[in-house]
This record gives sequence, C-alpha cells and structure tokens, in this order.
Amino acid sequence: MDKIIRVNLERLTTRIEEVAPAWAGLGGRALTSTIVAAEVPPTCHPLGPNNKLVFAPGLLSGTSASNSGRLSAGAKSPLTGGIKESNVGGTAAQMFARLGVKALIIEGIPRTDRWYGLHLHKEGVTIQEEDELPGLGNFAVIEALQARLGPKTGVISIGPSGEMKLSSANISVKDPSGKIRSHGRGGLGAVMGSKRIKFISIDDAGAPGITLADPERFKTASRAFTKALLDHPVSGQGLPTFGTNVLVNILNEAGGLPTRNFTYGRFDGHELISGETMHDTIVARGGKPRHGCHAGCVIQCSQVYNDQAGQYLTSGFEYETIWGLGANCCIKDLDDIARADSLMDDLGIDSIETAVAFGVAMEAGILAWGDGGEMLRILRDEVGRGTPLGRIIGSGAGAVGRTYGLTRVPVVKNQAIPAYDPRSVKGIGITYATTPMGADHTAGYTIATNILNVGGQVDPLRKEGQIELSRNLQIATAAIDSTGMCIFVAFPALDIPECLPVLIDMINARFGVALTGDDVVNLGKTVLKTERGFNLAAGLTPAHDRLPEFFASDPVSPHQAVWDFSDAEIDSFWDF
Amino acid sequence: MKITVKLFAHFRHGRFSVADQDYPGGADCRQVILDLGFRLGEMGIVMVNGQHAKVDQTLRDSDILALFPLVGGG
Repeated sequence: MDKIIRVNLERLTTRIEEVAPAWAGLGGRALTSTIVAAEVPPTCHPLGPNNKLVFAPGLLSGTSASNSGRLSAGAKSPLTGGIKESNVGGTAAQMFARLGVKALIIEGIPRTDRWYGLHLHKEGVTIQEEDELPGLGNFAVIEALQARLGPKTGVISIGPSGEMKLSSANISVKDPSGKIRSHGRGGLGAVMGSKRIKFISIDDAGAPGITLADPERFKTASRAFTKALLDHPVSGQGLPTFGTNVLVNILNEAGGLPTRNFTYGRFDGHELISGETMHDTIVARGGKPRHGCHAGCVIQCSQVYNDQAGQYLTSGFEYETIWGLGANCCIKDLDDIARADSLMDDLGIDSIETAVAFGVAMEAGILAWGDGGEMLRILRDEVGRGTPLGRIIGSGAGAVGRTYGLTRVPVVKNQAIPAYDPRSVKGIGITYATTPMGADHTAGYTIATNILNVGGQVDPLRKEGQIELSRNLQIATAAIDSTGMCIFVAFPALDIPECLPVLIDMINARFGVALTGDDVVNLGKTVLKTERGFNLAAGLTPAHDRLPEFFASDPVSPHQAVWDFSDAEIDSFWDF
Repeated sequence: MKITVKLFAHFRHGRFSVADQDYPGGADCRQVILDLGFRLGEMGIVMVNGQHAKVDQTLRDSDILALFPLVGGG
C-alpha cells in the first residue's frame, strides 16, 4: 500500500501516513508541487524551518515502462524565491516506488549543528547522526555508503556546496553505474543542507513492489510505448548516437547559441565542442557513446567520456554544461569542460547555473574569457573551499552580476538562462519568462518546434505562434513530469499519434482508472496554476515574468534579433 | 554560382563537413540534397543562411546551405 513518509528534523521524529485521497492520483511534479503549495508558507525563508523538502517518484516509476525512472524533488527555492520542482534519473525513483513511498516529506531544522543521514527501508525511515561523511564530495559519499550498506544501496546526497547552503547547490542521485545524476536547478541542495541532511540511503530489499491493476493491458500499452520511442528518429537514433550535445552545431547554425555571456549567437569554436567531435573523441578513447541515466531507459542519451589516457573522466556530459562553459565562456577545450563537469558533480553544484555564473564572472574581469585552467582552479579552490569568491560564484549568475554591478546578467527570477538565446529562438523566451520555475528550458521545450522540426515548425525569429506553443508545451510537460517519464518522450509524443494514448493507457492499467487525454491536459494546467499561485503569494508577480532588459536593447548576431514581446503579450500566456 | 554546403551528425559519414559547390543559377535546395545522394525524407532540418528553409527554396550565389538529420537534445 502506498504511503507518505514524514521526517521532522526539529523533533527528530518520523511518521508514516496514509495517502490523502486528494493526492492519490498524483505523482512526481504534481505531487511535490501540491504538497509544497499546501504546506509551505509562501513567504517563508527557503533555508528556514518552515520550508519543506519533498521527494516523489512519478506515477509510472517502478514499473517496467520505458524511461519512467524520474524522481521529483520540490521545495521553495533559495535561488528564485518561488516554488521549485527539479527531476532526476538514477536509481532512487524506482526504489521509492517499489518501497511504496509515494512521497518523502522532510520538515524542520535540527536544534543543534549535528549532521544527519536518513535511511529509507521497507519498514519506513530512520534518522541517524552522521559524523563521517560531512565535508566529503558526492563521489566519496556514494563510495562510503556502498561500502557501509552494500553495493545496491540507493543514494541521494549533497556535496560541500549543499552543506554551505549555496543557492546553486544541487542534490545528487546515484545512477546505475555508481556515478551521479542531479536534481540540478534552483538550489534544492541548499534546502537539504539547511536541514542538515548529508544523505538519504535507500535499501529496497524485501520491498512490496508494484502491483498493476491490469497487467495484460499494461504490457500491451508498454510495448507500444517502447516502440514509439524507438521508432522516432530523435529518441530512437539521434539522441543515442550523438547525445544532447548534437545541439551545439544546430544552435550555432541557427544563430541561437549564446556566446560570450549572451553577446553573440554563434561561437567560432563550435566545432571543437560539438556533439560530432565529442562522439569521435569518446569512441577513439574507448568511452561509451551510449549510456542510460536509469534502468529501463531505451533512449540512452548519456555517455561515458574518457581522458586522453583512456581513463574515466565524466559521464552524463550534457549539451547545457558544454555550451555553458564552452560557447558562453569561450572555453574551447572539451577536456577542461569534462573536468569541470566531474568537479561540479563532486561539489554538488548546478552545472547550468555555475557555467552562466562563470560567464558573468568573465564579463566582470574575475578571470579571462576562455581560461579553462583558471575556471577549474576557481571551482576547486574557491567554490570547493567556500572562500568569499567561491560563495559568490556558487550563489549563481544573479549574485555575481549584483556583486560586480553588471547589467548583462542572463537570469529570470534570478535563475540562469540556459543554452538557447531567446532573441533568436523566441518561443523559448516565453518559456523562460513565464514558467514558475525561473529560466528553465525543460519547462516548455519550444526548441523542438522552433529549431528541430518536431511537432511542426514555428519560425524561431518571428513572434507569431510562440505564446501558444510555449503554453501547450508547458502544460504537457507539467503532466509528463508527473508520470516519472523522461522529458525526451515528448519527441515521439509530438509526432507519433499513438504515443500519448498508450502512455495514458499505462497509467490507467497501473492504477485501474480511466483517465482521458483531457484529464491529463487538465492535470498539467492544474499543476502550473498551483505553482503560479504559490509564486504570487510569495511575491513573484507578473513583473517577474520578464527577461532582462538587455535582450530588448542589444541585437544578437547573426540575425540582429531582439526580444520584442510586450508585457501584455507575455501576460497572455496565463489565459487558460 | 557558389554554394557552401555544411553537413552535420551522420550526414558527414563518407561525405564532408563543409564544402563549396558550383551550381547554375536557379538551383534549389532539393537539387543539392539529391546530388549528395540523400533522400528528401532523410532531411531533419534544412537551413539557408541560418534560417529554416523548405527544400524548394531557390538558392542564390554565396548562400550557405546547412543540412541536418532529425536529431535533438535538451
């Protein structure tokens, strides 16, 4: 029977609750955002005792459905001051689901300065004082917990950045290879650090597992769903071969690759950091061009990247990180970017926020454009050790910009803008402006339709159709984020008519319900409005649904595009 | 007229990354695509001078034609 587990750090108590009827049909983002909106005072300090950190697997997590192993984490964000949901692959979501844990809610702050570990198991959860692991990086934490509790142990942890409560700190989750995937955005690692939880270990031995209401129907739908993922050229061939980093050359060609802290739309070193170059390098060095972030992933967009000696350097090496330190910081050495990727995993800090913060730091003159060696030194010696400079950079792009008095600071709601310039890819600008998450490309990935010709084509350089495109994608994404599905299932879902109905059929067969497409759309709308309601009550008004001024005043080459949406046009996003 | 053709992802295999090609005036994207041994159905994204184009768009001297298979990321 599914349950809610509550941990209170002030009282050092745990409690197992039945699932409230209103939460029974929810999972993933729908559940974390519903709980945060219901239980967290919107005006509370994100690092204070009234914030709560909520983890929830998706509705289909733990089943055999392909790509259903995503775990959502939610809280009030210390970076944006609004609601946050960030989801991740790794092994934890499926373990939560098999244990029947629909959500883990972490409340309060300890009265002393001690650190704690939580251990999730078939009887519930235990709180233990932890003296050995605080201060260590995420890789050492995973290694130590596997030695202590066994190699199959699931791990959710924070690194030194989370312990320091930096606004860019993320939450790391062990992947099937014992490496790291991240609840990356919005500083949720700082919330976990404020509660003085270094890690959550998970043992699913003897777990009750998943019961399907209609196993035969589930099997039929699941088979058709997997076929759709494999049949679509993006999820079936493109992503497995070149990974997400294939986008460097595409966005560069389209003039939408933010370069030198969002000054230009093309990068002269694009070929050196491209997916094509990366693929050839991985193969030449004996790495793995295909790799999944969770068991049951058939897309396998991740990879293992080795150094020149053929030794493991990093994995889960994504377009966003490579763009951010590459084009946006003008660093042309992919090995330096890979070293930084691994270091950021170990420190537990968001690689998008940090890369954009480095771009702003370069504009401030803290280090030279393209200086990969100094970037690595600052990460290791300043951020890693918590020096004043390290803490400024680790507090995100907005913090660096404010500290140095700059105006070209690419953030929305204080969260760094990712790898698509909103002047030359206008649909994604609407998503950055309006999503309750702060600038977040995954919230409504218009790149699919603006650039990649998936789900039709909407000209990226014109205003027409962008608001509707972003709205439809944000609604669909809020629903998909609630199922535990990887967002890349959207590629086949946008193009293959059978894909979405069989996804809904899997939910129906899992729970014995009769959801329709309209129900799923309404779920997405409700999630967005719940999140928006929290933000309004927290003081994030329509005036915060805006891009920085420089996007309207400074044209970006090569198309000389500017951001030209009126406030009223942006606000019409919410007319649904 | 001179057309600069750029190929990406697996389109490069056995071909090239960038090459200048001579075409008579009035040639369109389709002609270049077919001459390179592609089927039209293989085309994911066609860009001329950094803007999305249809395969029947007529090319002009010095145009840059970029051809991508259907790929994606995020």
